[in-house]
Amino acid sequence: MSERERLANRDAAPSRPLDRRRGVAGWVDPRGRRLGGWAFILNRVTGIGIVVYLYLHLAVLSLLARGPEAWDAFIAVALSPLFLFFDVVLLAGLLIHGLNGIRVTLTGFGLVLDAQKALFVALMVLAAIVLLVGAIRLVEVA
Amino acid sequence: MSGLDGGAPVSSRVPSVDPLERSAVARLRVYRSKPGVEAAPRFETYEVPASAGATVLDALLWIRRQRDPGLMVRHSCLHASCGTCGMRIAGREALACVTFLDDLGAGEITVEPLANLPLVGDLVVDMEPSYARLRAVGRPLVRESEICPEAQPAEGIAEPTRFEDCIECGLCLSACPIVATDPRYLGPAGLAAAWRSVEEPRGSAVGRVLALADDEQGVWRCHTAWECTEACPSNVDPAGSIMRLRRAIVLGRGAPSDGPRTEGPGPKRCNDERTRTTGQP
Repeated sequence: MSERERLANRDAAPSRPLDRRRGVAGWVDPRGRRLGGWAFILNRVTGIGIVVYLYLHLAVLSLLARGPEAWDAFIAVALSPLFLFFDVVLLAGLLIHGLNGIRVTLTGFGLVLDAQKALFVALMVLAAIVLLVGAIRLVEVA
Repeated sequence: MSGLDGGAPVSSRVPSVDPLERSAVARLRVYRSKPGVEAAPRFETYEVPASAGATVLDALLWIRRQRDPGLMVRHSCLHASCGTCGMRIAGREALACVTFLDDLGAGEITVEPLANLPLVGDLVVDMEPSYARLRAVGRPLVRESEICPEAQPAEGIAEPTRFEDCIECGLCLSACPIVATDPRYLGPAGLAAAWRSVEEPRGSAVGRVLALADDEQGVWRCHTAWECTEACPSNVDPAGSIMRLRRAIVLGRGAPSDGPRTEGPGPKRCNDERTRTTGQP
């Protein structure tokens, strides 16, 4: 058996059941999390949210194939306060995921390891500023 | 299992006085489970006399002596060197022997076994999955770097031996959110040991170690939560090690990966900032 096969099988038959594995709860359990843990949770939540949005976006775009009436009806809904709120949530998710992605990429190349916490804080402050400006612009446009 | 104390003082930090002689009361909510013996896990709450300087381990051993001899707790050195008393205390991974009750506030303190490892009973987990990961990378035990010239070896010892920082406590495995869902992930301790083999080869086959780390279940499974580094009581910095491994792998792409390498990127020196924070010679 090769080294890689041994590694793949190392937990295949544990001497005891892995009954204390935290499962998906371990991703989002907020107890005791430090800054990096919160960054991980935010990245997971926003990442899943963006994937969901992508499919919703494609579904909305399919309205174009149904003619101007269908699209105009959607635009009327899109300008409602509730929809604008969701736009702000979407913007927040994109900013958090995208900017934290810069940090993840840099650290993934072994860079700024000692400053990764400060970098996360700085990027999230930037996200908050851009989000505020973006939210004001959205309301103005509406 | 060790430390059936028979009523003797359990801490050496407060000489000649049992640290649990009465002055305050701590409430510990302790995870109890005997797999295969009891039907379901439960929490038991104990009120424990706790004076200044008492640790969570002191309190647990007091419970075992005075309230419930069946409480399973593992410990040995009482000074954060053996790594056997790792557990989750108030939601965070910690060594019970150096976690002071005074630092945990006045509320109820929840004490649980490490997560992501098989439970033996109560607060004791089976460390074999952790050791298996360390064995897989052929983890080094003795390091050649960071022996300070001014270090004075004990009488009868020709020269000091510098051991690796990792005390194999498993806190990083418990804290890691990826280990929580992926039992095949090589994990932070194993990858940190792999990085030490790359950083300071000591004749090990660096190419083989890098090939093991360069895997879907290796460095690329990490999602940079940094909880392992935060939990580590010995300043091993597993997350930083994983990131350095990634860099080494990316920069080494295209080079032969199965041969030994004799030169690493260079060990830390004994007066580096990182070395000073380890508190070890």
